[in-house]
Amino acid sequence: MNIALLLEMAAEAAPDRIGVVCDGKRWTYAELLSAARGAFELIEQSGAQYVALLDESSEAAVIALFGAALAGVPYCPLNYRLADADLAALLGRIAPALVIGDEERVTRIAGDQGHTVLRREEFTLKVQELVPEGEDRAYDPGEGIAVQLFTSGTTAAPKAAILRHSNLLGYILGAVEFASADEDDAALVVVPPYHIAGISALMSSIYANRRIVMLPSFSPEAWLGLVGDESVTNAFVVPTMLTRIIAALDGGTAADLTSLRSIAYGGGKMPLEVIQRALDLFPETGFTNAYGLTETSSTVALLGPEDHRAALASDDPKVRARLTSAGQPLPTVEIEIRDEDGKTLPAGEAGEIYVRGDQVSGEYKEKSALVEGGWFPTRDAGFMDEDGYLFLSGRADDVIVRGGENISPGEIEDVLLTHAAIADACACAVPSVEWGEGIGLAIVVRDGHEQPGEDELKELIRARLRSSRLPDRISFVTELPYNEMGKLLRREVKKILAD
Amino acid sequence: MKPGTRLKSATCDTEVMVIRSGDGTIECGGAAMAEAKPADLLPLATDFSAGTLMGKRYVDADNAYELLCVKPGKGSLSVDGVALVTKDAKPLPASD
Repeated sequence: MNIALLLEMAAEAAPDRIGVVCDGKRWTYAELLSAARGAFELIEQSGAQYVALLDESSEAAVIALFGAALAGVPYCPLNYRLADADLAALLGRIAPALVIGDEERVTRIAGDQGHTVLRREEFTLKVQELVPEGEDRAYDPGEGIAVQLFTSGTTAAPKAAILRHSNLLGYILGAVEFASADEDDAALVVVPPYHIAGISALMSSIYANRRIVMLPSFSPEAWLGLVGDESVTNAFVVPTMLTRIIAALDGGTAADLTSLRSIAYGGGKMPLEVIQRALDLFPETGFTNAYGLTETSSTVALLGPEDHRAALASDDPKVRARLTSAGQPLPTVEIEIRDEDGKTLPAGEAGEIYVRGDQVSGEYKEKSALVEGGWFPTRDAGFMDEDGYLFLSGRADDVIVRGGENISPGEIEDVLLTHAAIADACACAVPSVEWGEGIGLAIVVRDGHEQPGEDELKELIRARLRSSRLPDRISFVTELPYNEMGKLLRREVKKILAD
Repeated sequence: MKPGTRLKSATCDTEVMVIRSGDGTIECGGAAMAEAKPADLLPLATDFSAGTLMGKRYVDADNAYELLCVKPGKGSLSVDGVALVTKDAKPLPASD
């Protein structure tokens, strides 16, 4: 089954409904499907083996995604923020491709790789000219790869994660009710197109027949403006975006948010104070925390609106703690926590998160990472409470092994963040002759506060945790390195601490 | 029937995608469905004329069969004469 079915069904059920709004331009579902069929012709003519997008979000992302699917060629959106050398290496791995977007850059850094390159406007114009007459075209049956995404490589070189039509359809058909959106519903998409959440957002909204409003480049003012102008009902944000939206509102930016029924968030750790403040600021809005990975076709667990409000209102520490949890697995997904030997752990015990389900690919171009029984080891660490709520504690690879003892960076960071003068903190492994690995801390001091002394910080940690958690090295920095999705780049912090 | 096969009704406009299937005969409006549509439609059996709804998934009691309706019609779905029912899942909040 081909993911293009999602757009075909939307165009069949609601041909004249607006599917995408971007930069003031509106596309109906019928127009999007025609354009995707035109893209099929263009891809066939080009002989491309991949369709790449090197561009911000626009209607071109929808047309390229489904056009590539119809042609049976993987769609591979690329991160335009990468340095030239890194981007050229990725383009080399997908040659020859039809590349849509930054023509000047592709020609400059990968001009000898045999790509066909079109600017966005050229692409959208051309596909409209190429729409075939009649319906006699033989489209790909969708038994292969729909999407290839290079992972962000926070720990190593980017891997080529592949998502099959069956994985993506498994997610959408399991999580989204067809045509469930009202005529006036609109989803604001601000996640970049090369992120799995940017792709699943398109498919979910199209299958629900919900209008997609694109904001190619995030700023809190633009986001708040679009919510009012387009009467946005649903939005997905990463934690740093929500922090900035709240700061803008607190700073007096005027906004009409009456239409906003639902905000989903994910992609990184949401600070407790931010979500608490958001729940107060948006009392009528339902908040959903989504946990997922590229390799799992997006969301595998979620904490829904009722859970958020129940946690906020509860006096029971167990229920209240759920405000920081990733919620419960989707009905179509199984989750287990296992120890280093692969043994399943009971509720409450921390280990590595394993996931299984139709939507779970766990597959890279080079090899599959699935283990026996089709389980995917996520390399994320966490535990489940006795009611099945999942709590994340960071990447399994981030665990600091000090003298044989496993230390999760999160536990130290959480203690440091209770200090009034600390705005942000990161703990990571530093080389230690004595222990193999020692603990390094990078700390950002809050504006207007004195830098705390090393002894004071050690005492804070000693009082709350064991002495094995004491740092071997402390660096004070002006800010910690995050990627655009709000993911802390621990690899970069390690470099800072090593210097 | 292979998953991903698109079947058409011989009695009405209904079309389904096979998500999961056994060896039985998949029917709509009381007549077997096939990948090709007959030139002349067969009459609709009265017992199987409740209609299909676009986007609904239809399953049997054992969950051996699952069909996704991609085009609605007047017939209703069955396997070897036993009616299929819609799969009703609790709606999830939008997470993306």
